[in-house]
Amino acid sequence: MLPYFNQDFGNPSSIHLYGRQARKAVDKARESTAKVLNAKFDEIFFTGGGTESDNWAIKGIAFANKNKGKHIITSSIEHHAVLYTCEYLEKMGFEVTYLPVDRYGMVDPQEVERAIRSDTILVSIMFANNEIGTIQPIKEIGAIAKSKDVYFHTDAVQAVGSVDIDVEDMNIDLLSLSGHKIYGPKGIGALYIRKGTKIVPLLHGGAQERNRRAGTENIPGIVGLGKAIELAHTNMEKNNKRLIGLRDRLINGIMNRIDHVLLNGHPNLRLPGNVNLSFEYIEGESLLLSLDMKGIAASSGSACTSGSLDPSHVLLAIGLSHEIAHGSLRITLGEDNTEEDVDYVLEVLPPIVQRLREMSPLFVQEKGGCQYV
Amino acid sequence: MRQIYLDNAATTPLLPEVRDEVIRSLTEDFGNPSSLHRLGLQSERRIKESRNSIAQLMNVPADSVIFTSGGTEANNLAILGTTRARKRYGNHCITTQIEHSSVLNTFAYLESEGWDVSYLPVDNQGLLDLKDLEKAIRKDTVLVSIGHVNSEIGSVQPISRIGQFLKANYPDIIFHSDAVQSFGKIRLRPVDWGIDLLSASGHKVHAPKGIGILYIKKGTPLTTLQWGGGQEMGIRSGTENLTGIVGFGKAAQLIYEFMDREDDTIRKMKMTLAKGISEAVPEAVINGPRPDEGAPHILNISIPGIRGETLLHVLESHGVYISTGSACSSRRTKISHVLEAIGAPIQIAEGAIRLSLSYMSDPEELLLVPDILRKSVDQVKRFTRR
Repeated sequence: MLPYFNQDFGNPSSIHLYGRQARKAVDKARESTAKVLNAKFDEIFFTGGGTESDNWAIKGIAFANKNKGKHIITSSIEHHAVLYTCEYLEKMGFEVTYLPVDRYGMVDPQEVERAIRSDTILVSIMFANNEIGTIQPIKEIGAIAKSKDVYFHTDAVQAVGSVDIDVEDMNIDLLSLSGHKIYGPKGIGALYIRKGTKIVPLLHGGAQERNRRAGTENIPGIVGLGKAIELAHTNMEKNNKRLIGLRDRLINGIMNRIDHVLLNGHPNLRLPGNVNLSFEYIEGESLLLSLDMKGIAASSGSACTSGSLDPSHVLLAIGLSHEIAHGSLRITLGEDNTEEDVDYVLEVLPPIVQRLREMSPLFVQEKGGCQYV
Repeated sequence: MRQIYLDNAATTPLLPEVRDEVIRSLTEDFGNPSSLHRLGLQSERRIKESRNSIAQLMNVPADSVIFTSGGTEANNLAILGTTRARKRYGNHCITTQIEHSSVLNTFAYLESEGWDVSYLPVDNQGLLDLKDLEKAIRKDTVLVSIGHVNSEIGSVQPISRIGQFLKANYPDIIFHSDAVQSFGKIRLRPVDWGIDLLSASGHKVHAPKGIGILYIKKGTPLTTLQWGGGQEMGIRSGTENLTGIVGFGKAAQLIYEFMDREDDTIRKMKMTLAKGISEAVPEAVINGPRPDEGAPHILNISIPGIRGETLLHVLESHGVYISTGSACSSRRTKISHVLEAIGAPIQIAEGAIRLSLSYMSDPEELLLVPDILRKSVDQVKRFTRR
């Protein structure tokens, strides 16, 4: 990325040398991104991030196809970038079906099929959930959408670099991805749009991104995203094997050491680095603070909503009660984490849980003390 | 060969201090600002500092500055956001014929949705007549959007007078100004000037690409363009582009110091350049305002009988980088809508080149430009006359 800050700093729309060099860098990143998704070069559009990609995909399809119909299908565990966009469209006169999920957070493809109507224009189901890591049966859903001639969008922000994605084989028409979830920079994302898809732009202006996404290209961001996605893909198999090992060591270790813990999400069909657990009789927030003091950075749900006190919509959708949802902890492992890190968590977590439970009136009342910890 | 970059209105290199800060931030501040742990809080703090620096440059409250992915998004958010929020109050907007494509194409989109848009003309200096604005205002006008500095010819609209006029007579009309080309070069005072919304972009002022801001006066009705995690006070969701934000903040800090000195560095360079060109290439004509009147950093000239694009390539072969118009439209072959609006004859419009300066331009280097231009013009003339 660094050369693109002040050596090759040109505006890719300029026709002189500086502009052409910047254009070349953008094209190279576009090629890397397309290759990883098995898409074509001119089906990749760079955006300001995953949120913009989701907003563009959903609103763009809705407004371009409203003459065909005004019905959209999504799931109840999508990221807020999808859910709130759908809610906005409801206010604009569209109708949205929010499919339920089972206790593992899985969408049933048959329910998708049943929900499709003659006026359905879009199915938007995330590839993998950001909170509980569940990986959806995207290929089955894609096949159904294709057979019913309905556009299929998937928010793959969490899946890219961790799961094999093939937009052709999976019949995906639109796919959102983000740079900073795959060791690329923040403020850059992309939307894959299958050739021939009827979509209106979200941002109007210059003729960048083949007239579909105006705005001077974020060159270092695009270069960083291209490199990151290339690396993530090349090392995916190796990384996944290692991450799954660490993940299961952490999950099993915690379940063996601490009682009254539930694993949220699917036991196997989950993102390699995702651990999401609910600790009964505990406030997730207190747990986070205690872990932070021990140098462990985790989260109680998705980062975007961690500032709010509402329990996670994902945990409620998989059937957890408010109390239990409040006691949830998400640990996401990445390339820098080691076995020592996992063992350190296993060492410090049980006493923290024990201490917090001893302070919980509910726990003391129901369990009569700390012997269950 | 010496490389002389005179396309700073298209984009600028990072100031060395900004570059250092950006690289530091890329590696150190990787926490998600929404996360509750220390890394997240550190990132959140960086955003706050940057917001303060940018707000300080315009003398506005920090919480009225919203980060976007750039100037285009800021313009789209301002125009689409207010029209959607004010749909029940009216159906009419006013802008000018010489706006940037991110304003014009957004209005074109609104027209396709059934909105009425008035495009005000400008005079041969690229200036709007306040009387035309007054005449265009209707009962159902909800938004006036007038750019501050034109990106191609550098004309400076009297936005303080426009804003004060609107606030005094039509307080319900929202006033937006695209200040992408003036931010950091002309002192902006949106609060005193009656401006409700103002767009600016990082990469035009030595910050990275992919970051911009929208100043939003408290209480301005605005529907968000991007729904999601509720970042940027709910107005612009999406994980913050921390590197861009940090870089923009640092650039704003440095520019504050430049502007505080009030030594008019850029305009002095432009005046010297214009004088040099008029001596070395007397047939050159200036498009738009006189060098002492327009924006400090933009000079637009035409050499009659020579196409701008041809001149661009010859200048490039001598290491001088210029543009034929705004970079965002330079890939289109049609003539500039701005030059058309100021009434430039087609031969002049086709010959227009834009030279634009920045805080990083080198006054010594600029002294070489008139002779290089002379040489280039002669080269083209020999070639075309044969």
